Amino acid sequence: MKVRVYVSLKNGVLDPQGRAIHHSLEGLGFAGVNDVRVGRFIELEVADTVTDASLEDMCRKLLANTVIENFRIERVAS
Amino acid sequence: MSAFRSAVITFPGSNCDRDMADALEKVSGTAPHRVWHGDADLPEGLDFIALPGGFSYGDYLRCGAIASRSRIMQAVIAAAGRGVPVLGVCNGFQVLTESGLLPGALLRNAGIRFVCRDAKLIVENSQTLFTAGYSAGQTITIPVAHHDGNYFVDEATLDRLEGEGRVAFRYAEDVNGSARQIAGVLNQAGNVLGMMPHPERVVESAHGGTDGRALFESAIRGLVAA
Repeated sequence: MKVRVYVSLKNGVLDPQGRAIHHSLEGLGFAGVNDVRVGRFIELEVADTVTDASLEDMCRKLLANTVIENFRIERVAS
Repeated sequence: MSAFRSAVITFPGSNCDRDMADALEKVSGTAPHRVWHGDADLPEGLDFIALPGGFSYGDYLRCGAIASRSRIMQAVIAAAGRGVPVLGVCNGFQVLTESGLLPGALLRNAGIRFVCRDAKLIVENSQTLFTAGYSAGQTITIPVAHHDGNYFVDEATLDRLEGEGRVAFRYAEDVNGSARQIAGVLNQAGNVLGMMPHPERVVESAHGGTDGRALFESAIRGLVAA
């Protein structure tokens, strides 16, 4: 089974990378972009027996740093 | 007095481990043990553990994230809990925050660029194991070389760190966007110090500066006295 983990910076955490991308978009003439935040997308291939609790544990222990990041787990039927 | 027993941990991608070992040997007179990240145990009876700078695991995932979950770090965390002094410099600081030994996180520099230059630091607290050789308010010059040194932690924790004297060093000017220009922080017990600047790069006159020497001398003297 495929699992997608989305890791994003918490509100209030400065994202200089997102800011640089925002400036670059403006430089290309795209109007109306109010903000850009960069996150991380991790795809896992796991056995069906892996529990939600175990996936959440993986996120808390390694995939995300919960001091600065939020995470969201999505199971994808294969 | 028995010989000073220290260890320098090397992770895949560490690149300041030799400088750290050299500085510890020059200042203490005894060569440190060199410990590999995959080792299960630290040598017995250590007086000091150093986590060096570099790019452990290629900075994959987050700087210091994978190193902080390596086998040897379980032993380092246990040693820190017993009161063994632990110094983390640059990537070592990132490993300490990722491992939970120090609060907060180190984000990409606010100016996006890698910063590599001498930085002026203010010694905020000279009553610690690592800073007793300096005086409070003293300005020292220590080089920085990092891309992710922007110290971040919530406001309540910042207030607590300041109130408890756990800000060891502050940048004299904004270097990387760090909250309250913090350059180095201590754990609550005061035996774990993380800092982005590199004291091991300024311990002898040939380095062009010696302001880092007192940090190692402080720790060695403090331990001998204790």
